[in-house]
Amino acid sequence: MSFSSAGYQLLPVLPELVLAVGAMALLMLGAYRGEGTTRLVTTLAVVLLVVTGALELMLPAGKLTTFGGSFVVDDFARFLKVLAIIGSAATLILSTEFLSDPSRRIFEYSILVLLSTLGMMVLISAADLIMLYLGLELMSLALYVVAASNRDNAKSTEAGLKYFVLGALSSGMLLYGASLIYGFTGTVDFAGIAAAVKSGSVGIVFGIVFLLAGLCFKVSAVPFHMWTPDVYEGAPTPVTAFFASAPKVAALAVFTRVTLTAFPGIVPQWQQILVFVAIASMALGSFAAIGQKNIKRLMAYSSIGHMGFALVGLASGTVEGAQGVLIYIAIYVAMTLGSFAVILTMKRNGQPVEQISDFAGLSRTNPMLAFFFAMLLFSLAGIPPLAGFFAKWYVFVAAIKAGLFTLAVIGVLTSVVGAFYYLTIVKLMYFDEPAGQIEPMRIELRTVLAVAGIFNIFFFVYPGPLVSVATAAAKSLF
Amino acid sequence: MTIGLGHYLAVAAILFTTGILGIFLNRKNIIVILMSIELILLAVNINLVAFSTFLGDIVGQVFALLVLTVAAAEAAIGLAVLVVYFRNRGSIAVEDVNLMKG
Repeated sequence: MSFSSAGYQLLPVLPELVLAVGAMALLMLGAYRGEGTTRLVTTLAVVLLVVTGALELMLPAGKLTTFGGSFVVDDFARFLKVLAIIGSAATLILSTEFLSDPSRRIFEYSILVLLSTLGMMVLISAADLIMLYLGLELMSLALYVVAASNRDNAKSTEAGLKYFVLGALSSGMLLYGASLIYGFTGTVDFAGIAAAVKSGSVGIVFGIVFLLAGLCFKVSAVPFHMWTPDVYEGAPTPVTAFFASAPKVAALAVFTRVTLTAFPGIVPQWQQILVFVAIASMALGSFAAIGQKNIKRLMAYSSIGHMGFALVGLASGTVEGAQGVLIYIAIYVAMTLGSFAVILTMKRNGQPVEQISDFAGLSRTNPMLAFFFAMLLFSLAGIPPLAGFFAKWYVFVAAIKAGLFTLAVIGVLTSVVGAFYYLTIVKLMYFDEPAGQIEPMRIELRTVLAVAGIFNIFFFVYPGPLVSVATAAAKSLF
Repeated sequence: MTIGLGHYLAVAAILFTTGILGIFLNRKNIIVILMSIELILLAVNINLVAFSTFLGDIVGQVFALLVLTVAAAEAAIGLAVLVVYFRNRGSIAVEDVNLMKG
């Protein structure tokens, strides 16, 4: 590799540079002006994310690369980066109440979310193993701290500790896999790996297994899901909303890019792994959620199941499959953020309530809230004509076209089981005696819920834009 | 006997396995888990440097340097989280990490 021809132009990384420098500037602002600036820093952080997203969309069209080809901006990266930014910005908006508590005025929170988002953007654009590792760690290291951000709370710190230990283990496995792949192909570059891997030698297969194990950890797919319920329950609720949205986008993005661009020559080798992981995640996500009492744990199992559905699309290894994954993750982010806006509203006497039984009779005390939440739950269960149905439709169609009939059938069956626990909540809200008045909904939660809810309900009227953007993004990988 | 690539890979594999076992079999102390994580990362570095030397390609060594740097940051964050946890619970025994189960 000659450095003179590598072309170190910075235009493709401009959004990341703006985000990094902006995060540092906000850190200085917070450090010099003290705790009183928490609200200002949070607001500016949202503005910064919007600016970053706008810059990302204003980059020249087509495929841009820099840093000697290890950083690539294509339609795939643009789509997912904007989605991750939307997830992070919505989380910051959802966090305003959490941060307004006098005992928790931590301005570092927004900065950590920004740095984590920066990691996600690097991860989404990564085109070699080194960039992948650095992006993943930048994202994860910030997430470990955010999980423990309620530092006087035993549960929050325990969640941070568990997440750290298992997260570090997973990056260790990912890295071991990366080292084997490097050793047996002689390159870290995805395109170079794809050219070198024609048949699956033992070393390569070992490398892929370890690499995929590390990535499964990050998307919380079975059998690497153990941390998810505990971390979701223990972390403060806005943080849980964050974990369930943006990092999932980035992890799924890198999952898709690695499998489809670095190992297109040995699809059958990794397809078996993905089929197993997808079936196990869908099954566990559906069955284990049934007995849950805590809504955050339930959302954890729900997200495990949804990652299983998204991986169904990836397992097919085709353009339709990648398109299905992209549509799925976009709709999933909307459903999750909306649901968490509802969960964050659930407060009685100033204390958040997290039990599922606390939703009883919500339709009588807060009819609008109950209606939107019911729609989101129907959508999560995949009932037509809501958005969640179309998400599942695209991944299952891709699986059937790729000949994975068993996978598609099992997916449909588990989604029926999954519908049971979503519908239980709807039944609680509409047919049970009210458990008491909840506090009025804050304006920012209302906004997030309204946007997410309307997107979910009316997606079927005008699905064209999302589908065509996702198709273009999926095609840019092949 | 000449020492070839296979020997380096074997050492790395042994270290890696020791690290994994250290995390899963350890029932005592969270510090031991942090040490096991370091062991895993060191195994990866041995792999990378060995491959880099035998392939005659410098990228592996660059990768190893970056891994070292990130491992330092990771250890710092791990210890910080551990300190916050200790302040709340007064213990760092693995069996006490049990507030949430299910």
